[in-house]
Amino acid sequence: MQGVVAIGGGGSESGSMSTVSREENMVVSSEDSSYPDESGLELGLGLSLGGFKVNQVSKGGGQYARILTAKDLPSVVSSAGGSASSSLSPSSSSSSSSSSLSRANITAGTKRTADSVAAAIGSSQVVGWPPIRAYRMNSMVNQAKAVATEGFNATEENHKSETSMVEKNTIGSYQSSGNAKIRKSLFVKVNMDGIPIGRKVDLNAHESYEKLAKTLEDMFLKTNTSVNPVVSRAREHGLMNQITRPSKLLDGSSDFVLTYEDKEGDWMLVGDVPWEMFLTSVKRLRIMRTSEATGLGTQIRILC
Amino acid sequence: MESSKLKREKDSQISDELNELRMESSELKKARDSPISDESYRRSSFPDEVLERVISLLNSHRDRSSVSLVCKDWYNMERWSRTHVFIGNCYSVSPEIVAQRFPKIRSVTLKGKPRFSDFNLVPQNWGADVHAWLVVFAAKYPFLEELRLKRMTISDASLEFLASSFPNFKALSLLSCDGFSTNGLAAIATHCKNLTELDIHENDIDDKGGGWLSCFPESFTSLEVLNFANVTSDINFDALERLTGRCKSMRVLKVNRSISLEQLQRLLANAPHLTELGTGSFSQELTPHQYEDLESVFNNCKNIHTLSGLWEVKGLYLPALYPVSTHLTFLNLSYAVLQSDELAKLLVHCPQLRRLWVLDTVDDKGLEAVGSNCPLLEELRVFPADPFDEEIVHGVTEAGFVAVSYGCPRLHYVLYFCRQMTNAAVTTVVQNCPNFTHFRLCIMTPGQPDYLTNEPMDEAFGAVVKTCRKLRRLSVSGYLTDLTFEHIGRYAKNLETLSVAFAGSSDWGMQCVLAGCPKLRKLEIRDCPFGNAALLSGLEKYESMRSLWMSACNVTMNGCRLLAREMPRLNVEVMKEEGSDDDGRADKVYVYRSIAGRRRDAPSSVLTL
Repeated sequence: MQGVVAIGGGGSESGSMSTVSREENMVVSSEDSSYPDESGLELGLGLSLGGFKVNQVSKGGGQYARILTAKDLPSVVSSAGGSASSSLSPSSSSSSSSSSLSRANITAGTKRTADSVAAAIGSSQVVGWPPIRAYRMNSMVNQAKAVATEGFNATEENHKSETSMVEKNTIGSYQSSGNAKIRKSLFVKVNMDGIPIGRKVDLNAHESYEKLAKTLEDMFLKTNTSVNPVVSRAREHGLMNQITRPSKLLDGSSDFVLTYEDKEGDWMLVGDVPWEMFLTSVKRLRIMRTSEATGLGTQIRILC
Repeated sequence: MESSKLKREKDSQISDELNELRMESSELKKARDSPISDESYRRSSFPDEVLERVISLLNSHRDRSSVSLVCKDWYNMERWSRTHVFIGNCYSVSPEIVAQRFPKIRSVTLKGKPRFSDFNLVPQNWGADVHAWLVVFAAKYPFLEELRLKRMTISDASLEFLASSFPNFKALSLLSCDGFSTNGLAAIATHCKNLTELDIHENDIDDKGGGWLSCFPESFTSLEVLNFANVTSDINFDALERLTGRCKSMRVLKVNRSISLEQLQRLLANAPHLTELGTGSFSQELTPHQYEDLESVFNNCKNIHTLSGLWEVKGLYLPALYPVSTHLTFLNLSYAVLQSDELAKLLVHCPQLRRLWVLDTVDDKGLEAVGSNCPLLEELRVFPADPFDEEIVHGVTEAGFVAVSYGCPRLHYVLYFCRQMTNAAVTTVVQNCPNFTHFRLCIMTPGQPDYLTNEPMDEAFGAVVKTCRKLRRLSVSGYLTDLTFEHIGRYAKNLETLSVAFAGSSDWGMQCVLAGCPKLRKLEIRDCPFGNAALLSGLEKYESMRSLWMSACNVTMNGCRLLAREMPRLNVEVMKEEGSDDDGRADKVYVYRSIAGRRRDAPSSVLTL
């Protein structure tokens, strides 16, 4: 995958990822309660309360497609030369002209007509667009981080190291000729049922679901309910019986499943769409008790 | 601002005189039916000395070009008196030809790569290296004083060569250039004893540290303009303080981010005559006493009319700028992350503002404040703080644009990045501000229609070209059909530069533009469905233009070859992508007129047909 940047040491080693980002990922999620009883109603998602399937009917008038797995959908890497017509063409999406980009459009893109050449491309996928000088982009990367997005207060120190790493990598990827995409951090909140304090994880630092699941398992499942990193590390060393397989969260064998909220506000099971597509639609993650997760679908809405 | 207005008046006076002379001369031409003027006939009606004097006062290179076309004598008189040459495309002419024609040049402006190289669409080693020019200049213009480069490649070796070849060298300006490091700047600082201007702006510099600034000798006092905002590493502050202290004529100082507020205060204390200031970082923790010092030093700088920098700005400290803001005419906040209320509070104190650059973090509310407080505004640029974030939760919209237009009827230059726009809003804007000369609207999602009506944005740009008769530069965006280009071809009679991306339906669109815009000089197109028919419809047109860029369109190699064959005075260059299949598509095409023939320094990825 071109241009993917492993920030914070790649995230596969619990040690490196956790020590770098543990402090800044501690979030007291007061407004955003992770207590399952409240969250269902509060967020209005109708999570496993029976109303979920209703929510899943596409708002834009799209329709269910068959369940797509990662095998069906090729990668979403933007094509060479900055051409608008991407190499992605999901088999079940509608596509009128050959040059129009068709990708499983999870965002509410109903406003675009089918003929529009680059209708479904977000600006982040096209080389040299929007037309802003590289110099300005590099300067802004540092400062855009300073703008509070979700209200997380990174410490000054961590902020700097994070942004300087981002800047270097952004400069590198932005200035290489042709095909590189910009990669920057994509921190999303992660909450786990039963744990009051949420964390943040950089999705762009992981290249796959396996790696992400591993990180999350290291963050949450090994520490149990303890939030003290030191204590949990000790426990981790002592209790080796917990995690044997790398992707317990993904294969449904644990008490918990990994879910995510997408841009439409719906909660989906993680793992059914290609990683890249997941990155563009995920807003936040939740490690949900399996018992709560009945009714969660894995369908992807494809808008015609 | 005032001096340039005076200059324009003076130039127009001279242009008037020139027109009279021209008319007289053309009457003479008609009478004589021959381009070679008869000396005695002419002398009796108009002495050479007067003519030479008039011509020598011309500054505008366009006027001078017109003069040179009148007759052979005028051509000669003009070429001997020209001291500044502007070359918009470094490959359109060779340095030898320039030196041959203009023997007395002291100032050169050179532009190189196509503009889309700013957005990484041009391969790194494409060309536009200035060195060959410098070699010729060293031989023919040993008294060269000024060099201004835009989108050129210049190496450290070239900078060293420059520094040591021209004893009178005064002004170096590098904008959007690459190929050099801070070592090259050190060479300039060390050897250019008469330097008055060092303007390093938005380049791709290999930053090897701030030691270069310390290379200005202690005896060096002539610097008037110093802009090193681009060179981010720490410099020796003492050296800078001493430099600004001893350069008593310094009027423009733009420092980099490493300079703190406290340091800025010390610099300003020694340079109260500055007219343009670029601050460093605006966020240091200040004690009340330090804040007072800062405020009072700004109070003493009564001449500052241009302000920029303000990195990491703390809204809390903006009031320190109030003493200066009352006479500001240009405020560049495009690196300052400000919220709407912070901007609003500041703008109350900026009634004289003519030009404003901001980030879209100020939101529509901030733009409303612009409309309310800056009635004299002529130029607005709104840059996106986070252009790759697709969440439409922030930024400016059509509402902000409209709000500014109601409050600022003199607006004639706009660059506006947004995530949504409507036809109605744009129509309203140009009704309020019919004097646009530069209209650059960037709806950041490619091919996005009017978000309320779902219609194409044709009506918006149609309104722009119909209403704004003085329009010289246009950048379009959003979902556009050929209708937009029909409008442009029909109405945009003064259009010189057009930028198009992800737009149009067929060849017809581009054909309309090529056929309909008589003053078109630069056309840059990317990701549009224009093919060979469109490309070839402009055959004769391209010789009257500086250049054409087409990338990710539907032109093929054969189409380009045909163009090259039919028009020998055009250079038709095709940039091939690495590993792209040779299916005959021409990925990136750059066409430009040239009297220098095909260039010899093209890399292997560039084919000249």
